[in-house]
Amino acid sequence: MSTAEGALSVPRTGARARGEDYLTRERGFLSWALTLDHKRIGVLYLFSILAAFLLGGVLALLVRTELLTPRETIVGPDTYNKLFTLHGAVMIFLFIIPGIPAALGNFALPLMLGAKDVAFPRLNLFSYWLYVLGALFEVAAIVTGGVDTGWTFYTPYSTTTNTSVVATTLGAFILGFSSIFTGLNFIVTIHKLRPQGMTWFRMPLFLWGLYGTAVIQVLATPVLGITLLLLIVERLLGVGIFDPALGGDPVLFQHFFWFYSHPAVYIMILPAMGVISELVPTFSRKRIFGYRFIAYSSIAIAVLGFLVWGHHMFTSGQSGMASMVFSALTFSVAIPSAIKVFNWLATMYKGSIRLDTPMLYALSFILLFAIGGLTGLHLGTLATDVHLHDTYFVVAHFHYTMMGGNVMALLGGLHFWWPKMFGRMYSERWGRIAATIVFLGFNVTFLSQFLLGSLGMPRRYYNYADEFQPLHATSTYGSYLMAVGFAIAAGALIHSLFRGRPAPANPWGANSLEWHTPSPPPWDNFPETPAVEDPYDYSQLVYEPSVGGYVKKTAPAGAGS
Amino acid sequence: MNSASLFLLRSLGAAGSVEGSSFWLPAPASTLAGKVDWLFNAISLIALLFLLLIATLMGLFVWRYRARPGRPAEPAPSHNTPLEIAWSAIPLAIVCWIFWEGFQGFLELHTPPQNAYEVLVSGQKWKWLFTYPNGVVDENLHVPVSTPVRLVLSSEDVIHSFFVPDFRIKRDAVPGRFTKAWFEAPRPGEHRVYCAEYCGTSHSDMTAKVIVHPEGEFQRWLDSAADLLDRMPPAEAGAKLFVQRGCKQCHSVDGTGGIGPTLKGIFGHEQVLRDGGRARVDEDYLRESILDPQAKVVAGYDPVMPTFKGRIKDREIVALIEYVKTLR
Repeated sequence: MSTAEGALSVPRTGARARGEDYLTRERGFLSWALTLDHKRIGVLYLFSILAAFLLGGVLALLVRTELLTPRETIVGPDTYNKLFTLHGAVMIFLFIIPGIPAALGNFALPLMLGAKDVAFPRLNLFSYWLYVLGALFEVAAIVTGGVDTGWTFYTPYSTTTNTSVVATTLGAFILGFSSIFTGLNFIVTIHKLRPQGMTWFRMPLFLWGLYGTAVIQVLATPVLGITLLLLIVERLLGVGIFDPALGGDPVLFQHFFWFYSHPAVYIMILPAMGVISELVPTFSRKRIFGYRFIAYSSIAIAVLGFLVWGHHMFTSGQSGMASMVFSALTFSVAIPSAIKVFNWLATMYKGSIRLDTPMLYALSFILLFAIGGLTGLHLGTLATDVHLHDTYFVVAHFHYTMMGGNVMALLGGLHFWWPKMFGRMYSERWGRIAATIVFLGFNVTFLSQFLLGSLGMPRRYYNYADEFQPLHATSTYGSYLMAVGFAIAAGALIHSLFRGRPAPANPWGANSLEWHTPSPPPWDNFPETPAVEDPYDYSQLVYEPSVGGYVKKTAPAGAGS
Repeated sequence: MNSASLFLLRSLGAAGSVEGSSFWLPAPASTLAGKVDWLFNAISLIALLFLLLIATLMGLFVWRYRARPGRPAEPAPSHNTPLEIAWSAIPLAIVCWIFWEGFQGFLELHTPPQNAYEVLVSGQKWKWLFTYPNGVVDENLHVPVSTPVRLVLSSEDVIHSFFVPDFRIKRDAVPGRFTKAWFEAPRPGEHRVYCAEYCGTSHSDMTAKVIVHPEGEFQRWLDSAADLLDRMPPAEAGAKLFVQRGCKQCHSVDGTGGIGPTLKGIFGHEQVLRDGGRARVDEDYLRESILDPQAKVVAGYDPVMPTFKGRIKDREIVALIEYVKTLR
């Protein structure tokens, strides 16, 4: 392309006139409820998962408040058991699993490909409404008395308790199909809708993350579906599958359950790693380091993630040989994760680093995920896991990886793409304050739980020994601090919708294709077909104060791409 | 590993109080706990060093390469194969070593010595029962000092998990199969037993004690527990059994509520049942309720009590009934 066209390919301002962008072209409830537009579906998902996050967060605060004292604080034991079960189920099935892929992925994936939409827009809408249906089942379970099995539904407890297990598992079953359809859609979209010139290794790394995630969603989720169906069959028809009283095997359920639920951990972390791989180079103004290693490690994690489920069962009575093999395989997953962390750090080396809100979340991610990953060593090791299994050490570990990992990346990605989604800039100052408070509150909440666990405090306990109270109270106060941080972040984002300054097309100076179209994007994404460029080449982008964002340098002849 | 880090490991392990509890681990009280702690401390040290490395580099880069006017990103390679292989291979070597040490320790935790003293452990909602070779059943685990003890675990209802933090052992008690664990306590003392696998309402109250008896005392305890019924009047023996068999976990004797109905003042009175019927609490009703608890459940309570059929002798039932009669 000529340099003159290059200068035009980044529009200088957003499309502000009403009726031009995807948010305003059509109006009314049905235009949203029946939309086939991936951006609108992404926005629907976004507000749905944020509502789930709010619900799950309130449940978490109730759990933490109950644990403020060793005996009854605000609720009885049965209520407490329902609270932590619902906290887990809501956060996992309604928030984290659909979180980044369905909300941010739906919005960004076709844009990053320079495409008009995903491969199957109708399937996309269907998947959203399946999500809503599944969520209604979960809510129905709460309203009809709750469920008290823990989100893991271990048999034979789950087949004998008199709470709403069937409604909850049916909800999770339906949510599973929503997840499968999203994954299928993304796989086909990435295979078939990549534009000319965008080879696999010229894709933004977020797409590699989404691709690896989608493969796991399609391959692993059916196993969860079948397992939950078997559970329902056993409960309703009394067929003995898992309950030994009926001739079943309770440990079989654990194998089935973790065969899905361990890969599901990577459904949660892979897209998060993809987001971080976009944020770190953008805010370091420097090409991502070791692109191929990061891309391959996403696939390595997706594959190895299928082979480690037995590490949840070292004390369950599975054979010593099985435990040995699962422990060895578990350590193999540590390597690709470590590679990514080193690559992100190397990307920052000699960069020009700006600590905007998305970057603060990205740095939080790297530190918290590192702590989560490194404490995974204690748990993957057979001899030490025997002591730590089912204690607060495990609770702290998976909150560092899931929340410190997935949620930090989700928030980073949300602040990153928010101007693109809604065409408004949020208050950078309040965004940074919120990110800092969340980081501090998170560590106060969960560092203390590592100590609780290694000192021998079992998880899912309503009453506990008096000596653990100081650490429990610390954790509870940390959770309140974190809630304040989230409230400020929400306030800053909501405020921006009404009072935020209009966003430029490229506020951060990123170079993947979604930044080559106005904010918010027009109905069919791009005013003209964008030319594929290297997503990590920032050398041509310069900050232009008059638009408040980055524009392509009108380079002197000879210096262009 | 060089001698400096070995020294650090030892001091980490020894830090803390005189009783040997460290900052992050309870005082070790079994022969294998020391090895587990050594590995835990070694992994923690490695993890801390890596975290320090990551945090330092991050802080350094954020400060050194912060965006300033007129200072664009400097050119730097976008990949470096030797470096990338190095930071893959070094962690790989470290985790291989951790795996091997963990596997060795796990084998020891799994392999009881041949001459171990055997105790049957039964979990049920929400108590532990320990059965000794001579038939004595108790709510606490009594063991002799410096003797390997082999536990054979099972469950009457849902999955439980036998956890003694001070011994660093944990093993699930699974209905329909037997699992095993073992330990050897080198010093007399008392240690907490928890249930570590979530099992419902009173999961967090499903606790017990391991009582490590000094040399010679264990046999005395076992003998006195065995002839309980011969030594005391039935009502007194019943009071002991009421505690030993874990009845008190769910049934109060002072009129307060619980998982099951209180036993205070019920003898000779009528109870309203779950199905709307009525039953007079007499010897037969109590006997039936112990052997077939679901037959006549009192209104307002869930049918969660497990049966004691085959696990309790007739003389013991008589003693329990005599004890309930005294609860006026």
